[in-house]
Amino acid sequence: MSSKEHKIGEIIAEHHRREGPLLPILHDVQEEFGCVDTESEAIIAKGLNLSRADVHGVVSFYHDYSPTADPRPVVQICRAEACKARGVEQIIDAAKAAAGERVAIKTVYCLGLCSAGPAARVGDDLHIRLDNQSVSKLIENA
Amino acid sequence: MTIIKISDDALARAGGADALASAFEKKGFEVHRTSSWGMHWLEPLVEINGIGWGPVTLSRVDEIADGGADDICVGPIAAHPFITGQTRLTFARAGKTRPLSLEDYEASGGWSGLTRARQIGAERIVEEVTASGLRGRGGAGFPTGIKWKTVLGAPGPKKYIVCNADEGDSGTFADRMAMEGDPFALIEGMAIAGEAVGADQGYIYLRSEYPDAIRKLNAALKLCADIIAPFKCEVRVGAGAYVCGEETSLLNSLEGKRGEVRAKPPLPALEGFLGRPTVVNNVLSLAAVPHILMQGGAASYAERGMGRSKGTMPIQLAGNIKHGGLYEVAFGITLGELVNDIGGGTASGRPVKAVQVGGPLGAYIHPDQFDIPFDYEAFTAADALIGHAGVTVFDDTADMGEMAHFAMEFCSAESCGKCTPCRIGAVRGQEIIERIRSGGRKRDGVEMTPQIHNAPKNEGRSAAEEIGLLTDLCETMKFGSLCALGGFTPYPVMSALRNWPEDFVGDPAAIANALDAAK
Ligand SMILES: Cc1cc2nc3c(=O)[nH]c(=O)nc-3n(C[C@H](O)[C@H](O)[C@H](O)COP(=O)(O)O)c2cc1C
Ligand code: SF4
Ligand code: FES
Repeated sequence: MSSKEHKIGEIIAEHHRREGPLLPILHDVQEEFGCVDTESEAIIAKGLNLSRADVHGVVSFYHDYSPTADPRPVVQICRAEACKARGVEQIIDAAKAAAGERVAIKTVYCLGLCSAGPAARVGDDLHIRLDNQSVSKLIENA
Repeated sequence: MTIIKISDDALARAGGADALASAFEKKGFEVHRTSSWGMHWLEPLVEINGIGWGPVTLSRVDEIADGGADDICVGPIAAHPFITGQTRLTFARAGKTRPLSLEDYEASGGWSGLTRARQIGAERIVEEVTASGLRGRGGAGFPTGIKWKTVLGAPGPKKYIVCNADEGDSGTFADRMAMEGDPFALIEGMAIAGEAVGADQGYIYLRSEYPDAIRKLNAALKLCADIIAPFKCEVRVGAGAYVCGEETSLLNSLEGKRGEVRAKPPLPALEGFLGRPTVVNNVLSLAAVPHILMQGGAASYAERGMGRSKGTMPIQLAGNIKHGGLYEVAFGITLGELVNDIGGGTASGRPVKAVQVGGPLGAYIHPDQFDIPFDYEAFTAADALIGHAGVTVFDDTADMGEMAHFAMEFCSAESCGKCTPCRIGAVRGQEIIERIRSGGRKRDGVEMTPQIHNAPKNEGRSAAEEIGLLTDLCETMKFGSLCALGGFTPYPVMSALRNWPEDFVGDPAAIANALDAAK
């Protein structure tokens, strides 16, 4: 048994008694490996007695699961309406310049900080009232 | 010893509240991390003996400790006009209590709704919720009492209470603030719903974009497990799909499936989670219930509001607004009062150009229409949407053509894919808007060749003809979509086009004519 199989087996064992265990399992796998790849899909399918197509269908539906791991730090920037109204589009160029190839910039639609945007998230840390300077600094420290 | 209150709400923390709290602790003060008052332009807000300072930066800590920093002092917080104008029922504890303190919760009337609910029994709970006039705060405005009655009457040994905490609409954060600031109130509301319909299991489907709310609700559920027993409740984290806020999509997601929307009937009330009778309610609907179930609560709730919109609505002032934050008030207040009087106009100081109410599926409202009262029926009559009551303000630098395009882009990114008008229409919609903005569509070289004999050999479509096409597409989306994602995206698009034609083409009169012709 590969170590991946072993770890995913543990995750499945932790959740399989829940009603609707698949999403909690996928969250833990994504967290552990940075992705839910086809190998993981197959292991999960076997563990829950589902088809691989079933599991792949679910994985590919949701924005939070990725098929391959990206080792780069991620900065999520909100580009929904309220942050647009507060000028997020004007700081995207600066953000991209600061990120270069080193940091992955991802778009997210709303972090619930809409009265104080532009807003961003790095891990579980949230940031508000961003401008060109603060967004660049944030990305450099990511 | 002086107690200093600093919120531990996600927005305050994002503004630096944690560092402020440790700075005051280092100076020897006792710091209480409370919920947020909801005056977001002042966060992080520091409160000492009822007096507030905000927004506070680390460099001002010493002055505030000495009672100085007058330039950022706002005086007694409870007497601030932004607070005195509100009627806080669901957010009665906002700014006052520590979210995870059972002691604070009980001292402020916590669990009295549940205690009373257990005494009066299922039928009377449902009657009181019906009498309160409470309508679902998630968007559709369906009477909560009637929903509960259906689930109560549904046969089956196992029923569920599902809290919709997917709050995906841009411009909304009241669910987040309720969950982070008063988690026990939501849990109490769910336990009461359980008593009402005979369910002993609850799930809170919480979006993954809210890490603080996830952490706090999990902690709160642990702390109060014995109090709500035999009712049990669990947090389930979403996976970044906007459409999972739609209740049937949410149920599929909870079951571990793709978040595709289900056709109704069957209603979730009869065949919901795992095919069993299920109450699906928004956070605010459930969090309003403990107040309603207190002695006389239903009647006092029903006294407020206007027409068939009873009680209070936690309105969220967002976007380019000077005084943004949470404003809970009885229905009936006008949009103009909210944006100009309470919100103080734009944060940038420029004129207000447009307001979007109800999130990404709500129409863009022109300041000419600011006299509309906050009332479900009045909004519907104006082709607008109250939704989850997010009010997003834009100043005159906003490009409404861009916003119309974004509405289609968002729909195509978040469509569940079940129906064609939404899945494909949203992509075609973006293309048409791009063509309108670039003056229409010329025939391409291939179309002009004699071999493509059925392609018209003319100049191509003018911008006006493209508008006809967009109108037609929007009609198809409105009537041919299964849920409101595809069905309501036309509202922001068409309202932007109608109200601000100059943001689409050089000759706005042409749009007016084209819109008339397309009628
Ligand atoms: C695309 C779409 C997204 C929705 N998102 C949410 C949401 O994030 N939160 C919510 O409570 N309701 C949302 N709804 C409404 C729900 O389908 C449902 O009406 C609501 O959860 C019922 O609870 P209520 O009666 O308490 O409002 C959404 C509906 C649609 C069509
Ligand atoms: S309208 Fe869109 S999101 Fe709604 S069911 Fe159809 S495809 Fe899915
Ligand atoms: S729109 Fe950006 S945080 Fe809500």
